[in-house]
Amino acid sequence: MEAMTANNQTPTKVLPALEAVNMSKRFGSLVALDRVNLTIKPGTVHALLGENGAGKSTLVKCIMGFYQPTEGEVVIDGRSRQIDSPRDAHKYGVGMVYQHFTSVPAMTVAENLVLSRYDNTKLINWKRESEHLSEFMAASPFKVPLDVPVAQLAAGQKQKLEILKQIYLQSRILILDEPTSVLTPQEADEVLGLLREEVTAGNLSILLISHKFREVMAFCDEVTVLRKGKLAGTGLVKDLNISDLAEMMMGEQRELEQIEKTATSTDKTVLEIKNICANQDNGLPAVKGLNLKVNSGEIVGIAGISGNGQKELVEVLSGQRSATSGSILVNGETYRATREEMFRHQVFSLPEEPLHNACAPNMSVAENMALRTFDRPPQSQRGFLNLTAIRQAAKSLIQTFSVHTPSPETPIANLSGGNIQRAVLARELSSDKTQLLIAANPCFGLDFGAVDFIHRSIIEARNRGVAVLLVSEDLDELLKLGDRIFAISEGKLVYESTTAEADINTIGQRMAGH
Amino acid sequence: MAQALGWWGVPLGIIAGTFRGSVPFLFVSLGECLTEKSGKINLGLEGTLLTGAMSSYAISYLTGSPWLGVIGAGLAGMALGAIHGWLSQQPRVNDVAVGIAMIIFGSGVAFFLGKPFIKPSAPQLPTIDLGNWSNLTQVQAALKISPLFILGMAIAFLMQWFFKSTRWGLYVRAVGDNPDAARAMGISVFKVRMVSIIVGSFLAGIGGAALSLYYPGVWTERISSGQGLIAVALVIFARWNPIQCLYASLLFGGARSLGPALQSVGIDWGYYLFNAVPYVLTLAIMIITCSPKRRLTGAPGALGTDK
Repeated sequence: MEAMTANNQTPTKVLPALEAVNMSKRFGSLVALDRVNLTIKPGTVHALLGENGAGKSTLVKCIMGFYQPTEGEVVIDGRSRQIDSPRDAHKYGVGMVYQHFTSVPAMTVAENLVLSRYDNTKLINWKRESEHLSEFMAASPFKVPLDVPVAQLAAGQKQKLEILKQIYLQSRILILDEPTSVLTPQEADEVLGLLREEVTAGNLSILLISHKFREVMAFCDEVTVLRKGKLAGTGLVKDLNISDLAEMMMGEQRELEQIEKTATSTDKTVLEIKNICANQDNGLPAVKGLNLKVNSGEIVGIAGISGNGQKELVEVLSGQRSATSGSILVNGETYRATREEMFRHQVFSLPEEPLHNACAPNMSVAENMALRTFDRPPQSQRGFLNLTAIRQAAKSLIQTFSVHTPSPETPIANLSGGNIQRAVLARELSSDKTQLLIAANPCFGLDFGAVDFIHRSIIEARNRGVAVLLVSEDLDELLKLGDRIFAISEGKLVYESTTAEADINTIGQRMAGH
Repeated sequence: MAQALGWWGVPLGIIAGTFRGSVPFLFVSLGECLTEKSGKINLGLEGTLLTGAMSSYAISYLTGSPWLGVIGAGLAGMALGAIHGWLSQQPRVNDVAVGIAMIIFGSGVAFFLGKPFIKPSAPQLPTIDLGNWSNLTQVQAALKISPLFILGMAIAFLMQWFFKSTRWGLYVRAVGDNPDAARAMGISVFKVRMVSIIVGSFLAGIGGAALSLYYPGVWTERISSGQGLIAVALVIFARWNPIQCLYASLLFGGARSLGPALQSVGIDWGYYLFNAVPYVLTLAIMIITCSPKRRLTGAPGALGTDK
């Protein structure tokens, strides 16, 4: 312990260099990683770029000892090292900050830090520990309160805690897996800026997994790009520009066709939310008196960091949660999200985690695609299902929305994330009478192709006159698609603007509650 | 003399019953508390309780040493716990379903092996007599406290300290609240749960010994009358906190003694009604604490999930 705190203040050891040499990883017949080389020079920030499924996670999991590489080796300080577990990696000073939080929510920050330590102290002397932890916190780049249960921390603080944990463990090489995905732009800059200072001061080296070009350009020294499991390019950031990186990532210079927004009439209010309040699972209020109108032919975006009530709001709108007070009007009538009302007003939704919120995982693709229509003719006649009609409808949807599935009878849970989202999209957007679409993080975790397809579909719906409410944690997505944009913080709307006049800095500050 | 006490017999009877009747609740709920803190439910403790009661009675009868019986009850509990711990952690196996099977298995084992021991009388555990200052025999009888009660109290405080101030305690809480995080820290979720379940079953087995070797101090097939299951519900009431398990056990022990206490002063009309108080209390607690709209505070995050 003594040595640890001292080390953080005055680094004495020379930072190790980390190399992955000729790394390959095969899962059965699937080649996830194909002879990739990566070198992290001491005292640099190295970016690892690539689309979803390009092999970034596989590569770092091989380095961390989660996976055993099929071939290749990890070289630390010029010597080949056998790494069988994250504990071994830690021994060589390599630590990883995962994309999902790895803290225990019910424990305090202090308990989580002590727990993360790889030692064998049987008894914990809390008096001594808290003294050491306070010292550590005083000397560390970020401050997080020690005595608060992690469950009560905001997303930004949780992310800082994850990074602090690795510094506390004296990791000299940090692998950060998309660390800014839950942060506001300002928080992201703060966290990366402070880490950058630590690197410049010679305390750390960093491997930053990202898909945000801006972060790579602003904070990294070198970059390695993966595509489809292969090395697509590497170099110094200062010698490259964004279009070079995009080309390496996607293979060819691909000019994304801009989807035209056509002029629509927005004189009809489709969705009106009046003073809605709702509680989260633990009974505490999550949505606190929210008012919002969405008109036909417009996309209204709600920006916010996850955990500020947007999930609960969407659940109320889709009938998964009951509001504690307030009312929802659709086309001027009270709306309680019953099946009959959804059909009458043609309300559809693209929820986040579609497999969880919009599918029956073990039912077939065809059955899932019929969930909105199976109880009406032609799919149902005199109380009996017409299986042929259901199958035919599914086949045509599978073709129109190019859902990759072995057959309409395959359980939907067997499909990839992008294809599940496409199948849900097909069901939710196939009606030409749609009046209201509620979408929540519809592109989370999907690759460029799928994202582009979903964005196009949403804009096409808007152009047809559909009222769209889009809740997203991705500010760029909201600015690209939205006509009006709101920001939500602690269950209240705290910002409103047309997208054309929106100011990204102000939105970020409001999202963070300032 | 007995009549001289009059209506004072009711509170005295309840106090006496609280000390006596709370012991099995205390041990089973502490065992379940440890088990559930690690993220698994063990409904099978009802069966463990019966097996413990039977084995302690049989060992005490055969060896003449009630303390050997207590240890035997704990070991028998551990054996059942090992089965539950292993089974409930297999893929696609649900811990509640295994628990129900273990209730049936545990009681079946107890009834099968316990048949020959229903008639004979086994040496009972000694008691600590705190009532010798009084010359009323009722007071003396009421304050005969079992060393097991003292032991259980000590374990409650020890467990509280264990969860807070030992590395293993933090492991158990981490595994129960966020197994993915625990795995990422190199903690073996399987081992931690296995040990928690086995130790928890050890405690529940001792709870059984309290039934057959202290109060009521006989071995019959109806001896537990669902106390193991009530103790599982009690852990929810106690919000997974060992100290509150102690208080909740005292409350349930007291509730159980209401019927006998009233009977002792001659109120016979509601005997069965008053005996039902613990069950009514359990239902009431379930209704009060459960809500479809929110999760209980203090519940281990992984409880009742397949993680």
